[in-house]
Amino acid sequence: MSSKIISEIRRDYIVNQLKEGKRTDGRGVKDVRNIEYEIGLIGTADGSAKVTLGDTTVIAGVKIIPGTPFSDKPNSGVLTTGAEFIPLAHSSFESGPPGEDSIELARVVDRGIRESGMIDVDKLCIVAGEEVWMCYVDIYVIDYCGNLFDACNLAAVLAIKNAIIPGERYGKGEDKPLPVTCTPISVTFAKIGKDLIIDPNFDEEHIASARLTVTTDDEGNFRAMQKGGQGSISLDELSACLDMAVETGIEIRKKIE
Amino acid sequence: MSEDMILVDDKGIRIDGRTAEEPRDLKIEAGVLKNADGSAYVELGKNKVLAAVYGPRECHPRHLQDPTKAIIQCKYNMQAYSVDDRKRPGTDRRSVEISKIISEALENVVLTGLYPRASIDVYIEILQANAGTRCAGLTAASVALADAGIPMKDIVASIAAGKADGHVLLDLNKEEDNFGEADVPMAIVPTTGEIVLLQMDGNMTREEFDRAIELGVEGCGRVYEMQKDALKRRYSADVDDEEEEDESDEQ
Repeated sequence: MSSKIISEIRRDYIVNQLKEGKRTDGRGVKDVRNIEYEIGLIGTADGSAKVTLGDTTVIAGVKIIPGTPFSDKPNSGVLTTGAEFIPLAHSSFESGPPGEDSIELARVVDRGIRESGMIDVDKLCIVAGEEVWMCYVDIYVIDYCGNLFDACNLAAVLAIKNAIIPGERYGKGEDKPLPVTCTPISVTFAKIGKDLIIDPNFDEEHIASARLTVTTDDEGNFRAMQKGGQGSISLDELSACLDMAVETGIEIRKKIE
Repeated sequence: MSEDMILVDDKGIRIDGRTAEEPRDLKIEAGVLKNADGSAYVELGKNKVLAAVYGPRECHPRHLQDPTKAIIQCKYNMQAYSVDDRKRPGTDRRSVEISKIISEALENVVLTGLYPRASIDVYIEILQANAGTRCAGLTAASVALADAGIPMKDIVASIAAGKADGHVLLDLNKEEDNFGEADVPMAIVPTTGEIVLLQMDGNMTREEFDRAIELGVEGCGRVYEMQKDALKRRYSADVDDEEEEDESDEQ
């Protein structure tokens, strides 16, 4: 897997298998790869999680530090999400400032967490108008084998759920868990030919014409979406994706709770 | 933490319960990543380090190409959550320096002459830091190079020695590094005893420094055994599987 270019013969094989409802890794079109996770593996972080989705591995770490609030929201804490494509994870990743792919990834993950109100930022105020807790979520891709959106979402969510506000370290009261209200889960689809598949692997992702990420909350409401790729998605396809995102979201939520 | 904190007590026992000559627990695993040509994971006490090797492959940027041999380009990176205060992502002067000395240490053992114009890229990611990350990183990188099947004279083994509360100690932990008097990270080629990485900061007498080197060389010897063991575990398993398959074929 040294290149992002998939050979013609490989592409044909994937497409032909899909015509029979099969995928090259043995899954059905609606199957998510195996999910494994480990929580709290980074002792220096205030919350952390490593998630393996198939062969894709990512680590998210949360750091919570006191800082100045934004002037338009003087009593709310601040959430910042970053994603790093480090060259350790894939031969196509280069070191240097974040590229458009990693910025998009970070922003899509951020949107799911922010828009779902997962973190109750109003409870992160220390001194009204002056000091609030700043919550940094840093995500590092460790092994890139497709669908970073869902792997990073899961890692960020698990890290946040298990994060502790380090009040004692900064002399700002007791240590307490980060106030969490729900579990936003993203589900990513890829469109190959006329087929829609869930949780694309590396090869599938790179021959797909379009990509759609849908983030739902505990009630099955939609909190964030992002369409990517040059291809298009029809309204029927969108509707099918939304149904599957809710169903799959429930399954994934069960697996991590 | 106060300045008069006691790092080594009257009985010569350190704050984490170790004696002066005792290294922290070391765990090494080879071949932990799918994409990389070779990889390794190392835990040294509370340090957690991943190393990956890609190559030999085309050298970028091209002006660094050497027509007579491959170059080794190491990138050492501390992740944002790896330290107490969040570290701003990206390279800084410290990581550039560490990357350089680790590359140089590895150049010594890799048979670079076999791959003219190529680059062997070594990535070291510090997931969690607790003093001694460059040594843990170099230890991991050596195993990752071997895992990638890159021809080498030997594996480089690395550990730090230092001084705290007037005692010369092996493998400083974070408190000893922060509040101690000296730090001596080193790396050796175990079969020849050549030193391929050596740094020192702090204050030591000649006697103390000699003792630090003595402890470090001994410590590297132990690291070396663990590195070999990790590689054997990784590859002996494969051989066993094949044997079983062969047997079943015969039946």
